[in-house]
Amino acid sequence: MEKLSRIGGRILQAIPPVFGVIVITFLLTRALPGDPAVFFAGLMADDDTIAQVRAELGLDHPLPVQFLFYIRDLVQGDLGNSLSTGRPVLEELATRLPASLELTFAGLLFAMAVAIPLGVLAATRPGSWIDHLCRVLVTAGVSLPTFFTGLFLIYIFYYILGWAPSPLGRLDFLYLSPPQVTGFYTIDALLAGDWEVFWAALRQMVLPAVTLGLFALAPIARMTRAAMLSALSGDYVRTARANGLRSGRVLWVYAFRNAALPVLTTLGMVFSFLLGANVLVEKVFSWPGIGSYAIGALVASDYAAVQGFVLCMALLFVVVNLFIDVILTLIDPRVGLES
Amino acid sequence: MKRRDFFKTGSAALGGAALLPFLRALPASAAAGSDTLVVVIGDTINSLDLHRSGTNRPSYQVAVNVYDRLVRFGTKTLEDGTLSYDSTVIEPEIAESWEVSEDGKSITFKISPKAKFWDGTPVTAEDVKWSFDRAVTLGGFPLVQMSAGSMSKPEQFVAVDETTFRVDLPAPSKLALPDLAVPVPLVINSKVAKEHATEDDPWATEYLHENPAGSGPFKITRWDAGQQFVYERNDDWELGELPALKRVIVREVPSAATRRALLERGDVDFYMDVPAKDAKELGESGKAKVQGAPVDNCLHVLGLNVKYAPFDNKLVRQAIAYALPYEDILAAGAYGRGKPMWGGTEMSPSTIEWPQPFPYATDLEKAKALMAEAGFEDGFETTLSYNLGLADWMEPTALLIQEALGKIGITATLDKIPGANWRTAALVEKRLPMHLENFGGWLNYPDYYFYWAYIEGHLFNSSNYTNPEMDTLVDETLTMETDDPAYAPNITRMMEIAFEDVPRIPLYQPYLDAAMKPEVDGYVSWFHRQLALSNMSKG
Repeated sequence: MEKLSRIGGRILQAIPPVFGVIVITFLLTRALPGDPAVFFAGLMADDDTIAQVRAELGLDHPLPVQFLFYIRDLVQGDLGNSLSTGRPVLEELATRLPASLELTFAGLLFAMAVAIPLGVLAATRPGSWIDHLCRVLVTAGVSLPTFFTGLFLIYIFYYILGWAPSPLGRLDFLYLSPPQVTGFYTIDALLAGDWEVFWAALRQMVLPAVTLGLFALAPIARMTRAAMLSALSGDYVRTARANGLRSGRVLWVYAFRNAALPVLTTLGMVFSFLLGANVLVEKVFSWPGIGSYAIGALVASDYAAVQGFVLCMALLFVVVNLFIDVILTLIDPRVGLES
Repeated sequence: MKRRDFFKTGSAALGGAALLPFLRALPASAAAGSDTLVVVIGDTINSLDLHRSGTNRPSYQVAVNVYDRLVRFGTKTLEDGTLSYDSTVIEPEIAESWEVSEDGKSITFKISPKAKFWDGTPVTAEDVKWSFDRAVTLGGFPLVQMSAGSMSKPEQFVAVDETTFRVDLPAPSKLALPDLAVPVPLVINSKVAKEHATEDDPWATEYLHENPAGSGPFKITRWDAGQQFVYERNDDWELGELPALKRVIVREVPSAATRRALLERGDVDFYMDVPAKDAKELGESGKAKVQGAPVDNCLHVLGLNVKYAPFDNKLVRQAIAYALPYEDILAAGAYGRGKPMWGGTEMSPSTIEWPQPFPYATDLEKAKALMAEAGFEDGFETTLSYNLGLADWMEPTALLIQEALGKIGITATLDKIPGANWRTAALVEKRLPMHLENFGGWLNYPDYYFYWAYIEGHLFNSSNYTNPEMDTLVDETLTMETDDPAYAPNITRMMEIAFEDVPRIPLYQPYLDAAMKPEVDGYVSWFHRQLALSNMSKG
């Protein structure tokens, strides 16, 4: 019960930031330089046509009125229409967000698969060659800009070796997207039982996911190493060792379970910034994700789309943080002891 | 569109066999047979309807390929073998013939019986009228472009009978007929459109935004916004030779490096709008065929805003025209993919060819002398603005100009302006003292260029240039036929003024380059800078 009410309180706490985000994005998008009416009237429009477009867009009302309109639409689940694509923002986000999420999850999985074992190994053998390897790898990963890593990987694995499929987005044009259920092509293809498309989607994802993952190695590996070092020097590990438990059990059950808490918190943060870092990777690999959509909208001063994007990201951050908090409560060994 | 629907439309249009390339396991090379072309572009299209407000320039490609117009421009072969449109030849398309009235104030078109919409219904004068009314009523760019041909009101368009359509003009104009061949006056199937029109949306902008309804040589069968669109040939098209290509897949790939790698690896056939650097290297490496023609009536210029001192001083403008490192700019900014527009020998041109080299060349001594004469021996400070959206040529060019101006004592601070703000700053408010600009006129007449770029208040006159003589000349000449005895002298005089006053210093005339596999043929370079598919083939 206490846990439930704590979670409820956590959710209530999340509401004020969301409202704050709505106000700030509304004001910020209005403060953007560039006049959307001028932009959308086209290159050769004159004053009359610009005024006509301005009225059409509702930009001739005072700001507070525009804000009230916005809130009213928002309550009805209407994020407005993107001016530049002429489609509802909600629909656009719904098709593009899964693309970004799928890529980010894949990148995060890759980073975890490499960084966590590496961090654990480095912590158990500090100062050894594996510790140095860990240091070099993560430094290289974080100091290479993602667009460079992306282009470099394309050059080696696509251009020279020809192992990777052409970097043309989520699927080569030979394939058709699987019927949409989750929006994750790999999962949807599996649900449809379509192995061919599953492999194609997976192959398309390898290079961009590795590019993203390399960038995320550093925080995860460093945090794992540091947390493991402090856990391994803890009293409970010494006690466990003194009692003659097998070293594997000591390492994974006693040390790692404790070290997992800070690592998990870091993962939450890494996930958030990976979503942001997506933008460049999406450009290089023609990935039709949310990052490239947001950039396009910003360049066009497309109010509705920018607001929708920021709101969506803010909600996502709130949800990820909530999720991490809940998981932390579940795996924290101390919580288990209390009950 | 769901996959199942796509298959359905696909098989309805083509019959089962044509679906083969979409079978899943085929490699790219096998799938893209000789009647399928795979194209990459860097931009993203945002509508299938050119008339909608907010439709971006890359989307015009769709209008060019899926709609027909009353008339079209012909094509010609340039000296180097490149195909280009021919601004002097106007061919029939929907109109099989036309007649200009005696007083030149109306043009009557006879609609060809071969003109049929995709649903098989004939194109009627009523459809043409509805489409033209739509172009001038929706406002924005379509209206401005129609007005250039003296067409701005629905009353000017008359459906005389089923197959006869008339345009009434307030005064005769040589621009009216060519203006009907640009992408804007496209002909829409008004019966289909009206079925989807609502009270709030009488011109069916919602529907046509995603569902073109035309008569052109290609149809759109699939559009995944932000990813790709697919053209399918209209096998019943009879207004010209049936295109060789059956299917064209256009993929949007934002990174130029990725586009180039795709072409070099042979996974795509055609790469539109190649940056000059890649065009040069691809051409030299022999991995791809690069074709391009200079863009008609287009110049990359350095604009000097006469509203800001000391650019109000003609001597200072001329000094700068003598100080610019033209050769280096063409080599570094355009990688040689441009036609020199400097080094002319006469202050008064002997031909009315346009654009032609201005009588300036790099001559620092002369530049310094002019600066001294203007009273600026010690130089001055200013800013040089450029558009970040066009940084691929503007950035190196601006750096070279900055360095060269330093040699005659002018300290120029670079001012980078984001693409979204560029238009407001440079063209609407016209507040940039020194800036790079790239206007090109769709209609290939020198007076049309001067009309947009040298008349006070006009959009592309980013230099705020005013000259009553120029105003009178342009006003007189704009609608005048080119065989009028006054035409050539007027044009010559306009050029003399432009040479003498140099509010815009031309750097070079740019090329529009496309790179393709060697077996791709028939690419035509167009004034609208879009890919037109009807002549193309893949051998």
